[in-house]
Amino acid sequence: MAYDAGDTANPFGGQPHPRIDGKAKVTGAARYGSDEPVANPAFAYLVTSSIAKGRVTGFQLDAARAVRGYIDILTHENINGEYHTPPPFGGKDGQTTTLESDQVWHDGQIVAVVLAETFEAAREAANKVVVNYAVEAPSATFDSPGTTTEPHKPQSGPDPKKGDAAGAFQGAAVKVDAQYYTPPQHHNPIELFATTCVWDGPHLTVYEGSQFMWGMKNALAKQLQTDPTNIRAVSRFVGGGFGSKGGTRPQTALCAIAARRLNRPVKLVATRDQGFTVATFRAETRQHVKLAASTDGKLVSFFHEGWEVTSRPSGYNVGGVDTTARMYACPNIATAVNVVHADRNTPGFQRAPAETPYMFGLECAMDELAYALAMDPIELRRINDTQVDPVSGLKFSSRSLMQCFDQAAARFGWKNRNPKPASMRDGDWLIGYGCATACYPTNIGPGAARLAITPDGKATIGLAAHEIGTGAYTTVAITVARTLGIPVESVTVNLGDSDLPPIPVAGGSNNAASTSHVAHKVCMEALTKIAAAAVAASDSPFHGADPATLKLEDGALKGPGNRSEPLQKAVGRLGGKLEVYAENIPKGLQPEAMANLYKGMPMMARGSGRKDFTTYAFGAQLVEVRVHERTREVRAPRVVSAFAAGNIINPLTAYSQLMGGAIWGLSAALHEATELDLTHARYMNDNLADYMVPVNADVPSVEIIMVPEHDEGVNPLGVKGIGEIGIVGMNAAVANAVFHATGKRIRDLPIRVEKLL
Amino acid sequence: MRPFTYDRAEDVTLAARAHTGQGQTDAPVQFLAGGTTLLDLMKLDVLRPDRVVDITPLKARHSEIEVTSAGLRLGALASMASVEDNPEVKRAFPAVAQSMALAASPQLRNMATLGGNVLQRTRCPYYRDPSWAECNKRKPGSGCAAIKGFNRQNAVLGVDDRCIAQYPGDFGVVLAAFGAEVEVAGPGGARRIPFHTLHRPAGQPHLEHSLQPGEVIIAFRIPGGATARRSLYLKVRDRQSYEFAIASAAVGLDLDGGVVKQARIGLGGMAYRPWRAEAAEAALVGKPLTEDSAHAAAEIALRGAVTHGHNDYKPELGRRTLVRALMQAAKMEA
Repeated sequence: MAYDAGDTANPFGGQPHPRIDGKAKVTGAARYGSDEPVANPAFAYLVTSSIAKGRVTGFQLDAARAVRGYIDILTHENINGEYHTPPPFGGKDGQTTTLESDQVWHDGQIVAVVLAETFEAAREAANKVVVNYAVEAPSATFDSPGTTTEPHKPQSGPDPKKGDAAGAFQGAAVKVDAQYYTPPQHHNPIELFATTCVWDGPHLTVYEGSQFMWGMKNALAKQLQTDPTNIRAVSRFVGGGFGSKGGTRPQTALCAIAARRLNRPVKLVATRDQGFTVATFRAETRQHVKLAASTDGKLVSFFHEGWEVTSRPSGYNVGGVDTTARMYACPNIATAVNVVHADRNTPGFQRAPAETPYMFGLECAMDELAYALAMDPIELRRINDTQVDPVSGLKFSSRSLMQCFDQAAARFGWKNRNPKPASMRDGDWLIGYGCATACYPTNIGPGAARLAITPDGKATIGLAAHEIGTGAYTTVAITVARTLGIPVESVTVNLGDSDLPPIPVAGGSNNAASTSHVAHKVCMEALTKIAAAAVAASDSPFHGADPATLKLEDGALKGPGNRSEPLQKAVGRLGGKLEVYAENIPKGLQPEAMANLYKGMPMMARGSGRKDFTTYAFGAQLVEVRVHERTREVRAPRVVSAFAAGNIINPLTAYSQLMGGAIWGLSAALHEATELDLTHARYMNDNLADYMVPVNADVPSVEIIMVPEHDEGVNPLGVKGIGEIGIVGMNAAVANAVFHATGKRIRDLPIRVEKLL
Repeated sequence: MRPFTYDRAEDVTLAARAHTGQGQTDAPVQFLAGGTTLLDLMKLDVLRPDRVVDITPLKARHSEIEVTSAGLRLGALASMASVEDNPEVKRAFPAVAQSMALAASPQLRNMATLGGNVLQRTRCPYYRDPSWAECNKRKPGSGCAAIKGFNRQNAVLGVDDRCIAQYPGDFGVVLAAFGAEVEVAGPGGARRIPFHTLHRPAGQPHLEHSLQPGEVIIAFRIPGGATARRSLYLKVRDRQSYEFAIASAAVGLDLDGGVVKQARIGLGGMAYRPWRAEAAEAALVGKPLTEDSAHAAAEIALRGAVTHGHNDYKPELGRRTLVRALMQAAKMEA
């Protein structure tokens, strides 16, 4: 593992720490949404549409009703206004519906929920439900008849534009003008979309994997038309989310309604194939990129336009030009984004939603430009590197892109690369080296936490943050331990429960920054109380001292002149338990951001939306591919990626997170695509056998370098997010390596054998 | 999954007696061995047997691996893993061991039996999802949605306008190439049938094999010799492991000073059923095995391929795979 454990400037200590919840996870003690033991549950099973467009004209239920254990069925015919459309996540767009009406918007839409005494009976009865439809011809994707296209509605200000991109392109010496395509993809978290609902009078408890506890609580209250105080959402562990569990899904309220009707707990687990259509996905994109440079490699014009598929009623789009326009110094920039409405489910956030597809377009085009200039692709990036955001003119709070390239290139052996395409080989295998820039905006949100310290020197912190596999329990524990001067083992962390104070959605890589700052703040407020009591107490060595000079270290309260008092004594002075509640509102956000978070609306200070700095993390991703000279399989024996992402809280889980991102990037470049039947607008490979992801043999070596970076402008603790950046450059790095290996430029993903024959 | 009766057959006679069903895809009685195809398809509601007859007790008598100068005799209840790991099979018949080692995952190979593997159902997505109305294999006469639909993995050889499902297996391709025989036991007693008659040609997609109701595969016999010793199974797939072939080739060569005396060629990932390219074999006999002769054989092997859009790449990939396999086999020390 490559990280600098002796990094003394890191306020978290920079020491690797095993996950404090690791044992619970590997022994099965960690309970996920469907694991929660509840008394006498009924089981719900979804019936989903087999058409993508039309209306439900009726149901034949005799065979289903005859199944032993069948209890009931929910359909649009009998839901009687009990169900309300979930609010769209982070937007005001229209949503597709489920049981609100007879309308079918997309393949696999929920059209009924069967309830039975056992899961098997529910599945059998659901399989025996016959749904009658009035079928209409659907539009599947780009170029399908019947789609409509419109410019997107930018979420924060107009799309980046500067100077005269068209004019500068026209007169430029060296140009690239290319179209790129990325396919639809699905998150496929290992934990299926699973819900357990239990009512106690007017109070509902929902156990469900969620990336946003307070969002679920508030959205569900709206759907069920009750007060949010009646709803408790519990999600102590999430078996992977990747964005799919951030918004509210229809199945949650349907499960709650079923439980209310039956007056007993109900469990609902959507199957793997249903997961492709009852939640969101990463939509396919088309991109047009035009780059122009002078002969010395300096960019003179950048144009990037994207098209993204969405559902009929939703304008959801990721609009990645907001990032690509900020990557390199360029005086003339023009960007645009369009949405294409088709008869599909509504897409949503998926790991680095905007950057993953759009950086593919930009970073492939940069490689093409490097070849057009006969220049090393890393040198081209160096020539165009900038410490100033070319769109806003603000400084980057820190930007260590070239340090990342230099360290990754040294480790990788980039200097051994013969730039000529198809020039390197090992026996029957052609070898290619490719590289690309990775980046991700640094976002931070408000948050609240509650801390208790007992006189035995132990601390318990509670906040409704989300353990989606990233190691959140451990980073919070490290922060508390470090701030209070106690061992990590003395810290108990409670997360994933809306009875705890709110934390923003675990998305946009804000989790580490948001939770560490509020955890740090609540500990510092505890210190204030401990110090105030100490200086007031006649039995304290600090009696009469300035409380601001005291700090917690090594299990003791310490002050000037080597004075020290055991923590136990300093805390015991305050009574049986010291409890502190604190809110943290990051710089640039108003107090209403915290009030809105309590209402389930996350507001963040975003990487490209701040008034002081533009804040991003950067990385460099290098990959070696091998392509068989006859049969053209592409394999990637080696990945080296370097990232500079501020202070790393836990190098152990950070390494794993960045490595997982890089592996997903390989997967996206070489394997993943959700295939469509174009006539029927239906997903074809909706299972983990046919939806291809890499196996261990496909990722023999993935090395991660964490480049030390101390950024005092980004936020007080210098934390940048690392959840998403690991995937961002891989698509382009692989495609660029394939070009180097073969001389063939593949501009549409994934890169499979047939594109190279 | 729909309720079914579970039976366990202690021997072949009892198995045959328990298995009174008619039909194939929709047979009301199904044999269960490793379960790696049957249970999946039952959970997907594609197969809906009333009765499942567990024949794993037959392992005791029918999982032997015999390697003789005449060739291999492999008990049909042997696990794929046991064949893959057998040092004598690896030496005497590399293609057989490789066809196991390159299939599925170790977990599946521990469970799956040879007989079940050979009769594995197609991966055609329209077959495996009953929400599709059209599938002649699942619902005779309903049509084929794959022909105009998503067909990247569908077959290009041996198909017709009723079904383009691809045979997904690996071992079956070796059995086809080397002219294996199948030992069968059933209500009418024991019999041997040529492997190439086990899987039916296109025409009635819902009828996949030629076994009679109650018949169970007992063993496979694969002739040995020089082509077996100089044999290999090459599998091209979308990832390095745990994936079906998009193209594969089972080849065996008997060379005399670089000149082909005999050749065996089977193609996988290409065809409706386990596919032997006999005309390509014949074209090689008497010629030195060179890049040119291998290409010529590959041209012949893929002659008559019919593609449907997404699988347009298959004939070219099939040719390249075969050439690669032949050139690699020629270099073997045998």
